[in-house]
Amino acid sequence: MAAEYILEMKDITKKYGENTVLSEVSLKVRPGEIHALLGENGAGKSTLMNVLFGMPVIHATGGFGGEVLIDGQSTHIASPHDAMIKGIGMVHQEFMLLPGFTITENIKLNREITTPSLLSRVFGKNLETLDMTAMARDARKALDSVGMSIDEYTLVKGLPVGYMQFVEIAREIDKTGVRLLVFDEPTAVLTESEADQLIKVMKEIAARGIAIIFITHRLDEVIAAADGVTILRDGQFVADVRTKDTDVTRLAEMMIGRKGESAFVTAEPRAFADDAPVALDVRHLAVDMPGEQVRDVSLTVHEGEIFGIGGLAGQGKVGIPNGIMGVYDAEGEVTLFGEPVKLNDAHAALKSGMAMVSEDRRGVGLLLEESIEDNIVFNAMQVNGEYTKNILGASLRDNRGIREHANRMIKDLDIRCFGAVQHTGTLSGGNQQKVCIARALTMKPKLLFVSEPTRGIDIGAKKLVLETLVKLNREQGMTIVMVSSELMELRSICDRIAIVAEGEVVDVLPVDSPDADFGLAMSGIKPGREA
Amino acid sequence: MVKKNWREFARNNVVTIMFIVLCAVCMVLSGYTPSYVVYELFGRLSRNAFIVLALIIPIIAGMGINFAITIGAMAAQIACILVIEWGIQGFTSFLAAAALTVPMAALFGFGIGKILNKMKGQEMIGGMILGYFANGLYQLLCLFIFDNIIPINNPDLTITGSTGIANTIDLAKNGMANSLESLWKLPAYQAVLVFAAVIAIILLIGYARSPRKNAKRLGIQIGTLAAVCVIMQIPAVKELFSMVMVPMATFGLVALLCVFNVVIMRTRLGQQFRAVGQSRVVANAAGINVDKVRIIAITISTVLAGWGQLIFVQNLGAFQTYGAADQVGLYAGAAILVGGASVVRATNTQALLGTVLFHLMFILAPAAGKNLLGNAAIGEYFRVFMCYGVIALALVMHAWSSVAPRKKLKGGDKATDKA
Repeated sequence: MAAEYILEMKDITKKYGENTVLSEVSLKVRPGEIHALLGENGAGKSTLMNVLFGMPVIHATGGFGGEVLIDGQSTHIASPHDAMIKGIGMVHQEFMLLPGFTITENIKLNREITTPSLLSRVFGKNLETLDMTAMARDARKALDSVGMSIDEYTLVKGLPVGYMQFVEIAREIDKTGVRLLVFDEPTAVLTESEADQLIKVMKEIAARGIAIIFITHRLDEVIAAADGVTILRDGQFVADVRTKDTDVTRLAEMMIGRKGESAFVTAEPRAFADDAPVALDVRHLAVDMPGEQVRDVSLTVHEGEIFGIGGLAGQGKVGIPNGIMGVYDAEGEVTLFGEPVKLNDAHAALKSGMAMVSEDRRGVGLLLEESIEDNIVFNAMQVNGEYTKNILGASLRDNRGIREHANRMIKDLDIRCFGAVQHTGTLSGGNQQKVCIARALTMKPKLLFVSEPTRGIDIGAKKLVLETLVKLNREQGMTIVMVSSELMELRSICDRIAIVAEGEVVDVLPVDSPDADFGLAMSGIKPGREA
Repeated sequence: MVKKNWREFARNNVVTIMFIVLCAVCMVLSGYTPSYVVYELFGRLSRNAFIVLALIIPIIAGMGINFAITIGAMAAQIACILVIEWGIQGFTSFLAAAALTVPMAALFGFGIGKILNKMKGQEMIGGMILGYFANGLYQLLCLFIFDNIIPINNPDLTITGSTGIANTIDLAKNGMANSLESLWKLPAYQAVLVFAAVIAIILLIGYARSPRKNAKRLGIQIGTLAAVCVIMQIPAVKELFSMVMVPMATFGLVALLCVFNVVIMRTRLGQQFRAVGQSRVVANAAGINVDKVRIIAITISTVLAGWGQLIFVQNLGAFQTYGAADQVGLYAGAAILVGGASVVRATNTQALLGTVLFHLMFILAPAAGKNLLGNAAIGEYFRVFMCYGVIALALVMHAWSSVAPRKKLKGGDKATDKA
């Protein structure tokens, strides 16, 4: 007897320590259905899928609450391998393919068809000879079913990205007994026509009775492909709707939503006239930052503004400050207060009066083995030659000046520490972030980039960091460009917000724009807003 | 296009091409007769080829050059000492030592694999340092534990008037020296016929069993074999090889190892070696136990290296107890790189070609140095420094070639962006 749902996840709750990432989330998928799973970064999509696949990270952190039913039967999925046996397959976002193997070898990896040989009779099954002909036959069948006519003996190396995606799908289909396939943002790397082809293939697979969970942030594709949608927000279940009963705008609204007004800082947004003095002008910026590719970004930041850059992870928003500051290879034109900025030269960027608080605090941001005071003055010493004194032609550290400055910063920014000589590696995340800000301020920048300033720090510290930024802006008139994945934060302190998708600015929105506009922009659709 | 391909080819094989040129120059300068060089070369080839071939599997499994084969060589030397102590004679002693090497080398290989799994990405330097460390333990064993704790009764093995194993172990007394070579020797022109016949039979069997009967390929292969056999019977060529008596058993073993290297890559295990070598992440995601596969690769390599060292020492007839294993890893590594292998790719052909070129250099360089500069030591110095140079160059080439495609990729990206 077939159950109504092939997969039912009931009241899934998952905590990492004190932090609740999923709270009573439910997901129901019918056989042969394409079911979209929609949500912002951090909404809990990946955690939910980790639960489904029995990932070690879930079990190692105390398991989860709730129940998983497959075919109406309550099951326990112990490991990804176990999930595979139970007929659940995954099409990865990053390709799990070996470039030096043929398509056949990749499809059959670790599930090779073998025949016994002399060696295997002595040393066991692992030494059985591969039956390449039989493997190729299976691969051919799987490739045909995803509509690929390419030769099954072709090497994966050099295949177009889109083809790799289909090879990956063919591999999942080839696994016997697959009943449920999870597609993790499969269209992210595809061209438009490839994406259309993919959706066609997904529908064909679904027509054969295999259910599909389709994780994406492209709302138009949800409407085009899915039968049903489950929307998550902040680890909460928002809705389970049929696509025929909804539209793109409604989905966007549900995805973003108005979050509870927490104890966040609010700074009144100010409007800047178009002809207000320009602080930073970026034209056709492209940045080669792995995972955060910027293709073509142009934007203008006015003097004294707090300018927000938002968007989903991996879309390129983080690449913008990193490219301008010379951390990653960049191309394009950047002008700061009318002066052109030399790209691909971190020293020149710092010298020109920009400073950045990096999103990679522990990697790029801080020298963890060094003291707070050394971290604070490091850039100023190296770039501007400050905090040094000249004795007999040798420039030496001005220890007293450094200590005074560090103590002032510790007091101003409320850095919780034992003293200026404590190593930054032993500080908490929030306090490390404050040290980063202190260092950026020591450069006396005219323009400050802050990238993901509140990532991985607690609520109290978040508030303080945001307050500091507002104070700097309002009292010292510092122009601030803030990049953040948390739209709520951007909306609380910024004057305008640019939304980046697929390496390009989709739209620059006033902070009080409707939720739907932000949601649509994040999925790459420019809303038809009245001018 | 053709020009570009040439440049590509030259860039990919710069080490090999450089060595061929150097060997040619040295050949002219040395003043040796070709037949003498060929004779010397065959001797060295039979000694060294096996151990170089032992490096292939770890390279394919993505662990780079296994410099820890030194430890396999030590296992073989310990086996030799024990076999002599037990008074085993003749060819039996070689077989006994080979059998004894297996458990020891396998155990060491397992240990090495465990340690290298803790230092992924640093296998080469790790293996090298492990080799130095193991050398210390080996010396402790030979200087102190043998003869003091484990009694050694054969007076030939110990230092007279002191304790510990003697500096030089003579394998002639118990008849192990040359026991493998002396099994069956043939003049080169006959040896070629035997090997050609064996290869032809294997090809025919393969043809009969293969589903796609590629008669043209078979024809070319058999034709080439026949041509080689005929050429070998020409008097001039015969003259060139006149001094060579081919040790059939040794080359038979080398051939067998080549076949093994090919066959194992066609098994499920071989597929796992290749998968792990290309990407540990992908292999792991496919459910392959990456750590286990790596341990198996290193263990096989260590055991094979042990056998290789046995072939080496029985050919020489004696070995330096405390020094023979030291340079094994380095020389074998240099040889395979000279053949055009890289730290991520290696084939039988590259290993054999590399052994030929590397040892050709060893034979010719001292004489060339002597004739050119009046001092054989210069030539000697030259070949040692070449050996390190080759390894350094190969590592730089590897780093370089893995950067080059990235640049190209980026250019391609930009192009599609604008489209």
